[in-house]
Amino acid sequence: MNFPVPIVILVFSRQLSVSELTEVEWDLLIRQTRKAMLLAKLYYLVLQQISKDKIPNSVWRHLKSAHVHSEKQFNDLLWEIRHLKVVAKNLGSPMILLKGAAYAIAGLSAAKGRVFSDIDILVPFNDIAQTESELMLNGWMSSNLDAYDQRYYRKWMHEIPAMRHIIRGSVIDLHHNILPRTVKSCPDARLLINKSLRLEQYDGISILAPVDRIIHSATHLFYDGELEHGCRDIVDLYELLNEFIQHGETLGSLIERANELGLQKPVYYALRYVKLILKFSVSAEMVNSLNKNTPSGLMIPIMDFLFIRALMPDHVSCNDRWTGLARWLLYIRSHWLRMPLYQLIPHLLRKSYKQLLGKDQH
Amino acid sequence: MDKKNIKKSLAGKGVVLKLGFVKYHIKSKLPALTESLSVLYDDYHLSDYIGNSDFIDFHIDIKTDGSFGRLFTRQAQFFLDDFAPFNALPKQHAPAIIEWGMNWCVSSQINTHLIVHAAVIEKNGLAVVMPAPPGSGKSTLTASLIQEGWRLLSDELTLIRLDTFQVTPFPRPVSLKNESIDVINNRYPNVIFGPISSDTTKGNVCHIKPPLLSVKNQDVECPVGWIIFPKYQAGATTEFTKFNKARALMDVAENSFNYSRLGVHGFNVLKNVIDKADCYQFRYSQLDEAIKIFSELEQPL
Repeated sequence: MNFPVPIVILVFSRQLSVSELTEVEWDLLIRQTRKAMLLAKLYYLVLQQISKDKIPNSVWRHLKSAHVHSEKQFNDLLWEIRHLKVVAKNLGSPMILLKGAAYAIAGLSAAKGRVFSDIDILVPFNDIAQTESELMLNGWMSSNLDAYDQRYYRKWMHEIPAMRHIIRGSVIDLHHNILPRTVKSCPDARLLINKSLRLEQYDGISILAPVDRIIHSATHLFYDGELEHGCRDIVDLYELLNEFIQHGETLGSLIERANELGLQKPVYYALRYVKLILKFSVSAEMVNSLNKNTPSGLMIPIMDFLFIRALMPDHVSCNDRWTGLARWLLYIRSHWLRMPLYQLIPHLLRKSYKQLLGKDQH
Repeated sequence: MDKKNIKKSLAGKGVVLKLGFVKYHIKSKLPALTESLSVLYDDYHLSDYIGNSDFIDFHIDIKTDGSFGRLFTRQAQFFLDDFAPFNALPKQHAPAIIEWGMNWCVSSQINTHLIVHAAVIEKNGLAVVMPAPPGSGKSTLTASLIQEGWRLLSDELTLIRLDTFQVTPFPRPVSLKNESIDVINNRYPNVIFGPISSDTTKGNVCHIKPPLLSVKNQDVECPVGWIIFPKYQAGATTEFTKFNKARALMDVAENSFNYSRLGVHGFNVLKNVIDKADCYQFRYSQLDEAIKIFSELEQPL
C-alpha cells in the first residue's frame, strides 16, 4: 500500500486507543469514519475507551449527532419489523430476516450504531409469490415496472425487484437465496432455511443461524461489486466473528459449514481480510482447512492488491493511485462471478443502451 | 485576512472560517468566492488552513467543472469531503452555492440541536424565532430588524439545544431575493451587499453582511421569548394575533429539518420552548409598522 493504514482501521482494530488522539487526528478519524458510515459505531467504541468529558466538544457533537441518527434508524427498523409480523403470520413457512434487520432482532452488538437501509427477507423459493402478495396487501409495492428488469430479476437473480411501502417508504428486498441462481457456487437455500431460528417474541419471524449469518455477510461482501461501503461491511464481519467466538462457537464450525454449503471462497476471503486489515486472530491451518474452491496461490497476491484497497473507506486520505482501478476491477469481477458471459454481455449491452437513453438510473 | 491573501489561500490549502460553533475549511479557485468571503465575512475569524492544529467540522470545496465538454458552460459544485450532495450549477451562482452548502452541512449532519428553518433575532436577552416557508418575507423582515438594534442569531437555521433549550447562534449573511434586495438597499443605504447570484432557481439572490455586534456575540446563547409566524402580504393591514400553542408546536415541527430524526427528544425540546414562549401570527405589508410591533413586544409571563 502506498498510503498509511487509515486511522479508522487502527481504531476499529483496537491498535490505537482514542485516549491519546490530538485534535488533528480526531479530525481525520471523523472524516474517514463518516465516509465509511461507521460514525455511530465509533460513538460506542469511543465511550468504551474514554469518558465523555475527555472527548473534545466539537468531536462529541459529531459522534452524538451520528448516534441520534442511528437511534432513529433503529427505531424505524423495529417499527417496520412490527408490520412484518403480520405478513409472517399469514405464511405457511418461515420468513427469515437477513443482515442488519436480523442483527437488530437478535440483539447483536453488530447492530449497535449500524446504518440500516433496505430490509432483506429470505423465504423458500416456492413461497415467493405468496409472500409477495402478502407484502402487497400490507402496502409494499414493486417500484420497478420495467418488463425487462422484472424478468431479469425473476429469471436469474436470487431476489425479486425491491418493494417500497407506499406510505412509509421502507424498502424490502425479497430473496429466495443468498446468491443469484446463475452463480456457479449458488448454495442450496434449503440448507440455510432448515437451520434458521424462529423467534417466538417476534411472532415467528426467523433469522439465520449465527454461523450462516457470518457466511451470508461474507458472501454478500465478496460477491458484490459495489464496495463503496466495503469498509463498513468488513467491520460488520469482524464484529459478527468476535461475537460468534464470545458466544462459545468455534471457527472450526464456520469452516465446516462453509464446506457443507460450498461457500469456501467468500469465507476464505472474509477470514483473510479481517485478519490482514483488522487483526482478527485466526491461524493459517484453520483457513487451509477449507477443503476446496479457495483461490489459487497465484491469485492471492492479486486479490490482496485489490481488496486491501477496496475495503478501505472511500475517502481521499485512504486512496493511492491504484484504488480507483482496484474498485473498477472488482466491479467487473462481481459481474463475471454472477453470470456466465453469454448472459452477461447481452445484459450489460442492454443496460448501457438504456443508460444512453437516460431511462435507467442504475 | 485581506482580499489578496484570501484569494491565495482559497486556491491553495484553503481558509478556515469559524461560524458560531462550527469551523469550516473552505477551498475554491472561483474568484466570486474570494469576493464573498472578503466582503461578507470580513468580521469573522478567518485564517489560513494549516492542517496540523485544529479539529475542523466540515471540509468543503467548491469545484469548477473544467472538462472539455463543458468548456462553454462552466459549472460550480459543492463538495463536503469529496461528496457532492447537490447537482452542479452555473458558476455565477457560486456565492449562493457556498451559503446553501454551509447550511446543508449543519442541517443534515448536526443532531445535538433541534434545527428549525427559521430566522432568529434577539433583544434584551430573549430571542424571537420566526419560522416561515420561503416567500413569507422572513428574510426582508430580519434584514430590517437587525438594522434596528436586534442581534442576528441566524437568518435560516434556528439551532435549539437539546439540553438547555437555548438558541445557539449561527449568524450568517442574510439572504435576500429579487425585490427585497432593492427594498433593503433603499431603506438602509449603509448595508453592505455581497456578490449577486443571478437567475438561480430562487431568482436573484444576494447576501448582506451581518452587523458587527452579531458576529462578535456569535457564542452568546439565549432562551426563546417569542415565536412569531410572519406573512408578508402586499397591501394588507397589519395584524398581530396570539396563536394557539398546540398549533404552533406542529407548525414549528413542520418547519424543522430534524424533528423526526430526534424522536422523543425533538418533541420534548419543542414542548419546553413553546410552554415558555408567546406565540403570534403576524401579517404585514409595511416594514415601519412591523418594526414598531417588534419594538413593543412584551416579555412573556
